[in-house]
Amino acid sequence: MMNGKKIAADFEVVDNIAAGSSYFKLVLQASVDLPGIRPGQFAQVRVDNSKTTFLRRPFSIHYADASLNRIELLINKVGDGSRALSLLRKGDTINIILPLGNGFGTDLSGQSVLLAGGGVGIAPMLYLGKVLAVKNDVTFVFGFRSSDNIIDLSRFESYGKVRITTEDGSAGEKGYVTDHSVFNENFSKIYVCGPTPMMKAVSRYAKQHSVKCEVSLENKMACGLGACLCCVTETNEGHKCVCTDGPVFDINDLPW
Amino acid sequence: MVDTSVKIAGLSLKNPVLTASGTFGYGSEFCDFMELSRIGGIIVKGTTIRPRQGNPYPRMAETPSGMLNAVGLQNKGVDYFVDHIYPVIKDYDTNIIVNVAGSTVDDYVAAAERINELESVPAIELNISCPNVKAGGMAFGTSPEAAREVVAAVRRVYKNTLIVKLSPNVTSITDIALAVESAGADSVSLINTLMGMAIDAERRKPLLSTITGGLSGPCVKPVALRMVWQVAKAVKIPVIGLGGISNAADAVEFLLAGATAIQIGTANFIDPAISAKVASGIEDYLIRHGFSSVKELVGALEE
Repeated sequence: MMNGKKIAADFEVVDNIAAGSSYFKLVLQASVDLPGIRPGQFAQVRVDNSKTTFLRRPFSIHYADASLNRIELLINKVGDGSRALSLLRKGDTINIILPLGNGFGTDLSGQSVLLAGGGVGIAPMLYLGKVLAVKNDVTFVFGFRSSDNIIDLSRFESYGKVRITTEDGSAGEKGYVTDHSVFNENFSKIYVCGPTPMMKAVSRYAKQHSVKCEVSLENKMACGLGACLCCVTETNEGHKCVCTDGPVFDINDLPW
Repeated sequence: MVDTSVKIAGLSLKNPVLTASGTFGYGSEFCDFMELSRIGGIIVKGTTIRPRQGNPYPRMAETPSGMLNAVGLQNKGVDYFVDHIYPVIKDYDTNIIVNVAGSTVDDYVAAAERINELESVPAIELNISCPNVKAGGMAFGTSPEAAREVVAAVRRVYKNTLIVKLSPNVTSITDIALAVESAGADSVSLINTLMGMAIDAERRKPLLSTITGGLSGPCVKPVALRMVWQVAKAVKIPVIGLGGISNAADAVEFLLAGATAIQIGTANFIDPAISAKVASGIEDYLIRHGFSSVKELVGALEE
């Protein structure tokens, strides 16, 4: 297994902060020392307070602080599982398996990189920006439906320039992420997470301009460990598990 | 000290807990969470004579207290297993059992012959009950004649312990169990998944690419328990029970219903260490109730 040591552990909710109209951020304190976490890896969260949620829910790791053994998850309220998690209070305990998946490729320096996120797809970009900003020039471009969806972006701003689009033009440039004028600039690598049509559009742009590009996929999964084979995506080498071969794929490996 | 060991024909298990095929990968996926030596054995992913891509995504839908899957026996084929996976897992301190699937009798026989060569595989589980493949699979497990034919053919080439995994999608599971017993099976395991389906009302579309899939998880447990109880009364060979087992109490219920060993399936997805916890929990139950051996529990339901 190329992926590193994983743990299943209880985490205490340090904070649960509403963000934008439908997002919330959980700040979670591990009861044990965290293994190394790479940007783009994810966590499988057990949802104990929802009758209709049977399986764990996968969420990308928004931020990790190894010195404090803390992680943050940025979650969109879309179903019963995420809604149940949004009700967690300070002091509650949740069980999480992490870190899962491969994560983004961050072994580069002196480069200009673009981190594109659509909706809750901005979640992995904070920790990715932190890691990349040490040696690279980071620009974020994020798409939201409208200004009420936008979360506080000040922490992203500490790692790079932040560009915004909204579908209704209520903030930033009007349109989809891929319509943003930032795509007129030159980047040596683009990292993308968001709805599939958005990722495919960025992927097409990257191919046309011969820019390296990695996308983070979000297929429905059961185990998150590569055991059940439910979350597969079609790749140029056949079906691969999004949970263990991904969630991050080089666009050249996908038949997009 | 209580005795937790059981025997399934020639297969000796240190305790009656196995992990179900397709829910535990090849074991290595779970090594960060538990010692594999704590359970009786692991039954690895369904293996076919040739590689299979499986069904298109989406292959999984969550249901009340369970899930539907339509993976469709994705695996790299028996040669890949023998050359690349077996060398990695053969020295695990637990029994490695290979689940063997196929589309034709010849496929089953050929795959079983390859596995027969492997010294560290003491048993196979013949999967005649996969609901997610077009050809073969469950077709062999829903007719006593077809079940008898494939089991008899494999029995001729396979020398170690032969377990046959039964489908619940039949009118009389005891008829199938009796047929495979008469064809030379050493044990039957039941139940495989129940055929079901799920629909997205908003989109007016099925949630699985194959429309139907196999239901597993706690929602199937009462059906599984009933079938294990019926089959255990009907056959003389040991029965392995599975279907929604999520804790030690569930496991004990299956033993009381007549199972000699049990398998943990879907529960592995929620707690990757659950099988080890169930093994300890069974031992605690034996101590708490003053039993000296787990074998005393098998079929001990007070009716």
